[in-house]
Amino acid sequence: MARLYYEDVDVGAEITPLVKKPTTRQLVKWAGASGDFNEPHYDRDLAVAWGLPGVIIHGLLKYQFLVQMLTDWIGVDGDLLKISCQYRGLDYPGDTLTCTGKVLKKSIEGGRHCLECEIGVSNQRGERTTPGRAVVALPSRG
Amino acid sequence: MADTPVLTDEMKARIGTIMGPVILEVERGAIRRFAQAVGDTNPLYTDEEYARGTRHGGIVCPPGFFGWPAGEEVGAEHILSMLGRPFENVLNAGTESEFLCPIRPGDVLVSSTKLADAYEKKGNAGNLVFVVMETTYKNQADKVVARMRYIFMFY
Repeated sequence: MARLYYEDVDVGAEITPLVKKPTTRQLVKWAGASGDFNEPHYDRDLAVAWGLPGVIIHGLLKYQFLVQMLTDWIGVDGDLLKISCQYRGLDYPGDTLTCTGKVLKKSIEGGRHCLECEIGVSNQRGERTTPGRAVVALPSRG
Repeated sequence: MADTPVLTDEMKARIGTIMGPVILEVERGAIRRFAQAVGDTNPLYTDEEYARGTRHGGIVCPPGFFGWPAGEEVGAEHILSMLGRPFENVLNAGTESEFLCPIRPGDVLVSSTKLADAYEKKGNAGNLVFVVMETTYKNQADKVVARMRYIFMFY
């Protein structure tokens, strides 16, 4: 994979989108791997008792999808410095989630060549359920 | 469904409480399991030969993975018992992270979590109570490797 350099990215540039289609099985794997054993993510009866339409995707799994979108895009020579997101809407197994983002600002901070990005997860219903921001550092051509 | 939650003065008095430390061990198998759960096939997390050829010189963790026992350091159970378990329903409202340096297999992290804030907001269906936890992770060289901020919403 070609290296992504700071100089090659313009403000407004789109981050390569990442599509995920979580299944209930993936939610179980995520629960095991992340230690998040909260019931609304695998116990349908409890989810419904809580007033939810069904089992819901873990917020932190959507966060981790955004992390992957960024680390895939910046490549092994880039660094993810900061990421934040809000879980504004619910997503469910069987949904198609699309992670997208774009570059808002470029700056050199403490010798690091940084991009501030707007990011988010949207579902096939057109809802941008998980908006956020990230800061990455890229190598520079010098 | 439970009654609408209310943030009492007694609960607000808990703001600033620090929980921990929780010791987290970073192991290759757990890194692999985490990457598989996400569906992230980046060889940097699983292929030692590939990773050795990069500037990292070896496998590193995906940002967001802190070893095992994963999740316990956030202290969600501690918050709830500390606040007297008055709230039934909770949703994750947001996450903020800062990654300062890579985490590698063999690292032993020490985490400490602070109950950073608690506040109320009027929602459509009743009162909402937000609780903010801040977790700091240090490695065996006593270097801060990451900071996380978790926001939970009780309804």
